Amino acid sequence: MSLDLGQLVLALLEGLTSGSIIALTALGLSLVFGVMRIVNVAHGEFYMIGAVTAWYVSTATGSFPAALLVAPLVAGGVALAAERLVLRPLEYKPEATIVATIGMLYIIQQAVLSIYGPEARAVVAPVAFTIEFPWFGYSGYKLVVAGLAALLLLATWLLITKTTLGLYMRATQQDREIAQTFGVPVHRIYAASFALGAVLAAGAGVLIVPVQQAHYLMGLDALLLSFMVVIVGGLGSLKGTVVAAFLIGLIDGLVSVLFSPPLARIVASLLVALVLVFRTRGLFGEQTA
Amino acid sequence: MTHARHAAIVHLGVAAGLFLLQFVLPPFHHGMVARVMVLAAFAIGYNILLGYTGLMSLGHAMFFAAGMYGTGLTVYYLGFGAGEAFLAGVLAGVVLAAIVGAITLRTSGVSFLIVTMMFAQVFFLSILYFNRVTGGDQGFNLSGRLAPFALAGFVAPFSHPAVKYNLAFTIFVACLAANLWLIRSPVGRVLIAIRENDDRTRMLGYDTFRYKWFSLVISGALSGAAGSMYTLLFSYVGATFASILYSIYPLLWTLLGGVGTALGPLVGTGAMTYLIDKTSEYTPGYLIVVGLALVLIILKFPTGIMGGVRSRWWKWLP
Repeated sequence: MSLDLGQLVLALLEGLTSGSIIALTALGLSLVFGVMRIVNVAHGEFYMIGAVTAWYVSTATGSFPAALLVAPLVAGGVALAAERLVLRPLEYKPEATIVATIGMLYIIQQAVLSIYGPEARAVVAPVAFTIEFPWFGYSGYKLVVAGLAALLLLATWLLITKTTLGLYMRATQQDREIAQTFGVPVHRIYAASFALGAVLAAGAGVLIVPVQQAHYLMGLDALLLSFMVVIVGGLGSLKGTVVAAFLIGLIDGLVSVLFSPPLARIVASLLVALVLVFRTRGLFGEQTA
Repeated sequence: MTHARHAAIVHLGVAAGLFLLQFVLPPFHHGMVARVMVLAAFAIGYNILLGYTGLMSLGHAMFFAAGMYGTGLTVYYLGFGAGEAFLAGVLAGVVLAAIVGAITLRTSGVSFLIVTMMFAQVFFLSILYFNRVTGGDQGFNLSGRLAPFALAGFVAPFSHPAVKYNLAFTIFVACLAANLWLIRSPVGRVLIAIRENDDRTRMLGYDTFRYKWFSLVISGALSGAAGSMYTLLFSYVGATFASILYSIYPLLWTLLGGVGTALGPLVGTGAMTYLIDKTSEYTPGYLIVVGLALVLIILKFPTGIMGGVRSRWWKWLP
């Protein structure tokens, strides 16, 4: 198990790509948990909706940018409907909403299976070029993915820190009742946060589809990875989420090159579970009430 | 004590009804009901934790699967007979629940849910990883390796319909009896107190951690027993039964039948198993009924079927 420089560079590049995708997906989950205090088990399905819609749109129009625009809107629309019809009537009670979002997971996943079918379908990358390293050629699109994901992360960060909507979201996260007393429309902020979470996951799904193919079961893996990231980063902490995503992406890249990916996943799941048990705030987390 | 007598009559009536059902059911439903009873035993194990202790787990597939593999592997590799293999399965469920419980019960609420799910995922991935022993995705078959069932001169393979039905009936009744005995015992009273208010129970001087751990071990034992029996009766061991779907099923069955009711798991398992079977004739996406059921129950009928029966008619139902 020796590691030469070529393998190291490959692992770092793979880690950068997967880390940026995981960061985007997990940020959505973290945002929803932070603002609404609910764990969205259906989060991975929004990622899947993004990928599957991207396949439909890019097959119909031949345009990848169109897919990148439409798919998040579709996922956001589904999320708004789900929030209105299911989560709000439940008054966002933690355990009830988990059961409900498990239900949503199966409804979305099985509906997509019935409409889209069980096949995995590829989408052609919008840009195809290869970057030549001394050891191997690397797909330029993967670096484009990392760049676009970074842009989306930056946009989300600006939205949260610089806009009124972001201010309201942060206020609701800190104390829902006081925020409401000060005139923050908490219900609309909840709906917006849930939709934004779905939009981020779907965006990640669109970006990854030229690399990974769209399949109706792809959401579960994204969900479990996001859980790991959000736990390690600290529940509800956005900075921690992004740091943890790149950390886990890089470690996953390195360990998968060195050892077998399944073993890496087993060890990672176990470690993350122990983090949640023995260090509830996560490794980088701030105090969350 | 007239309420206790009512309850006894209802439960004995249900047991007698299930026993007599085998003489009138056509072959297909005969097999279905046998399967439902084994799975209902699993749901009873789940309900001990959710319904009577107030802890929602998303990882019970690992205890069911521990029972399956504890039995399947010992038959396959060590040539165990059915009795020893069954004990090995129950023991596997108990040991796993004892270890997992000691770690995960340090958390509560949503964290407990996620941690149990993570542990179940580790268990599931390990089964796939050690595929040379476990058969991985494909699983393995016990037919030809398991000595036939023998009792008082009666000898027949476990796949024989009458053997299958009556053993399924036995495991179900045993789990139901364990459930009823537990919730009437002093320990069970403390568990229910923990469900109602953990902090207050601790203030009263009970070591709630130990009680919750005990509840999880019992729950693991019943789930393991159900998994073990499933393997004996259907001769099959497979990783599917360790997947997240089999952690969600007992939650769904219990919610549909009625959380914290002794007969709820049977009612919920029966209704859902038949519903899924019917739907699978019409669409490949038949698991959509799992999703719809979960959302509708939690929105409209949070007490489930037997919970509704209890609040409307039979207030004394345990």
